[in-house]
Amino acid sequence: MSERSSEFWRWREYRHTQPNMDWNQAKIVTAGIDIGSVGSKAAIILDGQLYAYSVMRTGGVSEETAFKVMNWALEGTGLKTENLHQVVGTGYGRVNIPFANKTITEIACHARGAHYIYGPSVRTVLDIGGQDCKAIRCDNKGKVMSFLMNDKCAAGTGRGLEVFSDLIRIPIEEVGKVSLNVTEEPPPVSNTCVIFAKAESVALLRQGWPKEKVAAAYHLAMVDRIIDLLTKVGIEKDFVITGGVAKNIGIATRLETNLGIKPLEPELDPILAGAIGAALFANALYEKQLGLR
Amino acid sequence: MQAHYGYKDGSGDYFIIIDTDNCDGCGKCVKACPYEVLELVDNEFDIEGGSMATVTEQHRKKIKYSCAPCKPVSGERKLPCVLACETKAITHSW
Amino acid sequence: MITAGVDVGAKYVKIVILEDGKNVLARANGIVEFDVWKSANDVFEKALLNVGLKREQVGQVVATGMGRKIVHMKPPIDAKEIVPEVIADAKGTYYLIPTVKTVIDVGAEEGRGIKVSENGGVRDFVINERCAAGAGTFIETMARALEVGVENMGPLALKSMNAIPMNAQCCVFAESEVVSLIHSKVSKEDIAKAIHDAIAGRIASMVLRIGVEKDVALIGGVARNPGFLPPLKKELNTEILIPEYPECVGALGAALFASEMEGQK
Ligand code: SF4
Ligand code: SF4
Repeated sequence: MSERSSEFWRWREYRHTQPNMDWNQAKIVTAGIDIGSVGSKAAIILDGQLYAYSVMRTGGVSEETAFKVMNWALEGTGLKTENLHQVVGTGYGRVNIPFANKTITEIACHARGAHYIYGPSVRTVLDIGGQDCKAIRCDNKGKVMSFLMNDKCAAGTGRGLEVFSDLIRIPIEEVGKVSLNVTEEPPPVSNTCVIFAKAESVALLRQGWPKEKVAAAYHLAMVDRIIDLLTKVGIEKDFVITGGVAKNIGIATRLETNLGIKPLEPELDPILAGAIGAALFANALYEKQLGLR
Repeated sequence: MQAHYGYKDGSGDYFIIIDTDNCDGCGKCVKACPYEVLELVDNEFDIEGGSMATVTEQHRKKIKYSCAPCKPVSGERKLPCVLACETKAITHSW
Repeated sequence: MITAGVDVGAKYVKIVILEDGKNVLARANGIVEFDVWKSANDVFEKALLNVGLKREQVGQVVATGMGRKIVHMKPPIDAKEIVPEVIADAKGTYYLIPTVKTVIDVGAEEGRGIKVSENGGVRDFVINERCAAGAGTFIETMARALEVGVENMGPLALKSMNAIPMNAQCCVFAESEVVSLIHSKVSKEDIAKAIHDAIAGRIASMVLRIGVEKDVALIGGVARNPGFLPPLKKELNTEILIPEYPECVGALGAALFASEMEGQK
């Protein structure tokens, strides 16, 4: 189980350049680098507009990954590191980016990037990753008003789902869909703790509950918990969900129903939010240096 | 900004909430805390910077235990960090 | 006068049969299976068999523990009274160690700290519950990750002299941490010690919330684990007494209550 865990929500490595943009015309060229525990991303923006980006796995040495992901984003654009006016680093490995001019927390970058990706109406951002859960409320500029991050407890994270999917032997990619296969929602599993919820699920299965129903009960408990966390930062429309667990429709659908808010759909992969946010902070930093703000 | 440091687990909610708009970075809470739970850091939430109080990485995942001696089950509850903060920027969720 | 105390815990049912409110005639315990009620009855049956008694020969029965309601007013156990764990714990420990002021009870799913009053009542208490990282389940889960029998965890920990910090504060994340410690060639002894240090640290911090006053006693199933006592002693900086049959103290407390009830009839 633990072998698989770090690669749990599969995603591919890729890069992209926006075709009809020319960096020679841009006044400000900046980059953001997000070194996460699993994936690293780089984004380049021209005068505040996304131009090129890359996504790859984080290697053993953060410094190396930082150079690699940056160079990959630059690849084929003709841009060189020297052309970048400012670079901001974020993510857990942000202190290990030698060429970053400044570091900003992933919370602030994630909010700023979500604001760019989903548009300025975004107020609440929920990010559920493999090992943590973040709830952020921001203003119309993408500035963080309130946030919390829970990385102590596995309940309500991808990891908690993984333990459950192992238990009922349904692949993690399908467990959400399976959980929706009930005519009526059962009461949620009463334990929050993954270890105890697992034992409770075993008891339910032994009582003769079908897998689907147990899955529904487990997903519902997760959703209750996530909503509880969201309430702490305050839930405001519009609402978006990012991170691996957003792909689990058993969670996404129930969040939508129970909150009564439909999350916005992204046009860009939200995995880029942190890097884009960092690049936008870099842009602001350069404007400030120029005396433009 | 309301910065919530801590966690929710099966047993309950444990968050130290720092209102960064009120926190002036004076560091009095850091001095008052007997268990080195708090520290002053650069404000990395914006390009403006400045200093602000935060819960150390080391304690974030166990503040229920780190703060336990300050929170007797019975008797008067006086949290040194909260009392030390003149701008009332610190609250606890439990 | 024969009475009984039944402690229906998360993992085990413990039963004490008492004569005249002082002589323990029998102790029995057994795992809680899927059907909790049946498990409790089986253990009760076992205890009766041990001393050659029939149910009719036992007077009052008092139940405690997480599953106490399941045997309340329900034959054959038919406990007429139920008491919370902390009350039964205090009563039982005070009976065995009259000088006790602080009781620490670490079971499978809960850790408790109890401040005992002059006459064996409860003055104050604190409970760690509903998070597996705060009780015996933590050691059990880690034993599985280490591929070591849970009964070997304590002895293994005692062989280590090193202090390796464990960062994860969650049973699930700690499992991965243990796996990666194994991969980085840290010895099983050191890992076992780290696990005990971690849980002892959490229990100690919890107990600090009620204050630690001597004498301090440790009861519950985890008291049987020799690896748990040294780090707990160190954290609390005090001597700690462990009564015989520490896992049965709650049941004993319940049986003592049953005797008092019988006496008042
Ligand atoms: S409640 Fe369970 S899942 Fe959460 S931190 Fe505790 S042990 Fe981990
Ligand atoms: S409650 Fe006590 S230990 Fe916790 S942060 Fe405040 S002063 Fe420090």
